[in-house]
Amino acid sequence: MRENPYRKDFPIFDNKGIVYLDSAATAQRPYAVLDKERAFYENMNANPLRGLYGISVEATEVYEHARERVAGFIGAASPEEIVFTRNATESLNLVAYSYACSFLEKGDRIVTTIMEHHSNMLPWRLAAEKTGADIVYMLPDKNGKFPAEEISSKITKGTKLVAIGHVSNVLGVTNPVKEIAEAAHGVGALVVLDAAQSVPHIPVNVQELKVDFLAFSGHKLMSPFGIGVLYGRKELLESMPPFLRGGEMIDSVSAEGETFAPVPHKFEAGTVNAAGAAGLEAAIDYIENVGFDFIGETERRLTEILFEEAAAYPYFHILGSEKPEEHSGIVAFTIDGVHPHDVSSILDGDKICIRAGHHCAEPLLRHLGVMSTARASFYLYNTEEDVRFFMEKVKEVRRFLGLGD
Amino acid sequence: MAISSIYSNILNEHNLRPSHRGSTEGATQVLEGVNPSCGDDIFLELRLEEGVIKDASFNGSGCAISQASADMMLDLIVGETKEQALHLIDIFMRMIRGEASEDEIDELDEAGLLKDISHMPARVKCAVLSWRTLKEMLEKED
Ligand SMILES: Cc1ncc(COP(=O)(O)O)c(C=O)c1O
Repeated sequence: MRENPYRKDFPIFDNKGIVYLDSAATAQRPYAVLDKERAFYENMNANPLRGLYGISVEATEVYEHARERVAGFIGAASPEEIVFTRNATESLNLVAYSYACSFLEKGDRIVTTIMEHHSNMLPWRLAAEKTGADIVYMLPDKNGKFPAEEISSKITKGTKLVAIGHVSNVLGVTNPVKEIAEAAHGVGALVVLDAAQSVPHIPVNVQELKVDFLAFSGHKLMSPFGIGVLYGRKELLESMPPFLRGGEMIDSVSAEGETFAPVPHKFEAGTVNAAGAAGLEAAIDYIENVGFDFIGETERRLTEILFEEAAAYPYFHILGSEKPEEHSGIVAFTIDGVHPHDVSSILDGDKICIRAGHHCAEPLLRHLGVMSTARASFYLYNTEEDVRFFMEKVKEVRRFLGLGD
Repeated sequence: MAISSIYSNILNEHNLRPSHRGSTEGATQVLEGVNPSCGDDIFLELRLEEGVIKDASFNGSGCAISQASADMMLDLIVGETKEQALHLIDIFMRMIRGEASEDEIDELDEAGLLKDISHMPARVKCAVLSWRTLKEMLEKED
């Protein structure tokens, strides 16, 4: 059995002895990130962007350096295209309020999919309600794939915005973003990509994918809670009104009015999370040091083992593709006769952490005809031992509940 | 106490072979209780005659804890007066919050086995669903 050379970088495994299979909800944090955040508070803690004395200048530099790092990481043309938010949800809401609510009109179409996380669905519904735009859902097959005609028949003239997820947090399927973006741009629509489940796992380049906005959360890629990212093409961000108003986002304020700061600061009202941004930069450094090859290979191998073990156990049913490599390390499953919440509670008895429920994607589960599922998800620190132990215990769940084998 | 110890043989029996699943002839009250976040869903039917719960049943779907809890509850309250049922519900709710005495928990008979659910905050609502629904039904009565 191969050792995972990175596991030792994560203090929680020593501290808690858990088998953590819920990285799609939030990733564990390595020392490198925790140290960087702590170092910020210990050495340069001051309110950033005011810059009247030494450590405030330093705090500002750290914050802006993180922005440059994020821009490079996702292939943005310039750091001004990177807005720091709290999380993906806030990033998507920012686009919905500031872009969609300002520029969409009655009769315009917003196209999204039934597979979306609620965070990439409810903001668009709100924008549709406020503007009178229509919202249209693309429907995937049971593996999460969109037939070509589903794309071409829904992304039609009159479509102004296409909001899609990159990787589904339930099925693990990766959407053909380039094709969808091409179809969208072909009818003059903008593309908003919810990259919450992709950025931690695969290289993402906004210019190659040709998306106009992109959102992700730091915490799913091992950075502290409370820092997220919105990428937006510069001219779009410049055209949009601010989302929140107050300090830090203005150039000047008088009794008569105000002028706003240039992007991205126009969208960062109030004191910013500089320590979180520093932690995010450390997380990106960490990921690039590990490399997406290792991440992808680990997730694929562990998913393969899970699939092999599951094949020998007739009560275990996996949602989505039959190919482990199409799961992005995410396996939603059901066990015959057992409610997913019982599965997770019983596994918790062995310190196995998995998710159960509707995964904030109720419309998808309804579409697939399931009430709720359990979900195991892998990340770079997981080991073969983790999956094998998990499958061993999963196979005991039915017996545990008195269901025989 | 390990969380998984909640799943005792007794709880499993109530889940797999409930004695009150079905419907109640001549039911005077019917109410649905749901936990939207987990999809637990329970229909309770009661036949209340002169302040006494003569018969009761449940139907629905959900996790083992919600289903077994409903069955245990009905075991306990069929044949009791409305006041006694409300008294037992009150004990159950306090037990879940860790506020009931051992003597009180004894009154709950097998349902007392759910006392450790207070260590599983995410599952409390599963255990409580049928009790909450019954309380609502009985209080509506007035
Ligand atoms: C696909 C997807 N989109 C959006 C989100 C929302 O992320 P957050 O809760 O960090 O805003 C999540 C995380 O649960 C997700 O999986």
